[in-house]
Amino acid sequence: MTLLNCEDCLEQISNYLDGEIDADLKRTLEEHLGLCRHCKVVFDSTRKTIELYCDGKLFELPIRARDRLHAALRRRWDEKVR
Amino acid sequence: MAESPQVALKDDSVLVTEAKAGSYAAFDELVNRYEKKIYRLGMNLTGNPEDAEDVLQEAFLKAFVHLPDFREDSRFYTWLVRIAVNEGLMKLRKRRSDKAVPIEDSVDEEGDVMPREFADWKPNPEEQYAHAEIEEILRNAAQSLSPGFRTVFLLRDVDGLSTQETADVLGISEGAVKARLFRARLQLREELSKIFKRG
Repeated sequence: MTLLNCEDCLEQISNYLDGEIDADLKRTLEEHLGLCRHCKVVFDSTRKTIELYCDGKLFELPIRARDRLHAALRRRWDEKVR
Repeated sequence: MAESPQVALKDDSVLVTEAKAGSYAAFDELVNRYEKKIYRLGMNLTGNPEDAEDVLQEAFLKAFVHLPDFREDSRFYTWLVRIAVNEGLMKLRKRRSDKAVPIEDSVDEEGDVMPREFADWKPNPEEQYAHAEIEEILRNAAQSLSPGFRTVFLLRDVDGLSTQETADVLGISEGAVKARLFRARLQLREELSKIFKRG
C-alpha cells in the first residue's frame, strides 16, 4: 500500500469531502488521518467550516425585505396584465 | 395562501410553465421557495444587508421580466442563482468603484494554501457564541476571500449546486471550480481557526 504524506493528504481533503476519490485512495487517506493529528485537525475543521455556513438559520430574510419584494413583484405583475 | 398546500407539491418546471402561461400564484410559489436562499447568498456574497436586499429584489424582478426567455435547459434555481450572482458581483464592483477591473482579477488558483493553524477547535463553536456574533464571524471570514473563490464556495457548499452547475453559472471550467473550492475551503478554515481554536 502507498503511504500518503501530509501534502498529498491535504490536496485530497476537498475531494474526500465531496466523495470524489476512489476506494483505494480513500482507505489510504483515512489511515493517514488516523495517524496524523495535524491533518485530522485540518480535515475536521474544514468539514465544520462547511457545516457552519450551511446553517439554515444564518442570515434570515427580514420580514420587511420580504414584504418589499412581494409588493414590488405584485405591482409589476399587475402592470403587465393591465 | 389558500392554494399553497397543493401548489407546494409541484415541481419547479411545472410552476415555470404555469407562470409563463400567466399564473401569478405559480410565480409567487417559486419566489416563496427560493427567497430565503437568495437573500442568504446575497448576504454571504456582499457581506452587507442593504446590498443583500437589493440582490434579492433585483434577482427576482429580473427573473420575472426574463421568465419568457428562460429556455429551461437548466433548473430554475440554477438560472435564478446566475442572475443573483451577477447582481451581487455588480454590487461588489460598484463598491470597489473600479468598474474596469474584472472581478476575476484576484483569483489565484495556484497560490499557497497550506494550513498554518493546527490547533483543535472548541467543540460546537456555534453554541458558544451569540447568533449575531457567529453571523459576523462567518461574514468577515467569507469577505476575506476573493470574490472568485467566495462565489464558488457559496454555490457549491452552501447552495448545493453541482460542480457542473457552478461551472455553468460562472462560465469557468469544472477543473477551475474544484481548484477554487479546495482553496476557498482551506482559506476559510484558516480564518475561522484563528477564532475557534482552543486555548
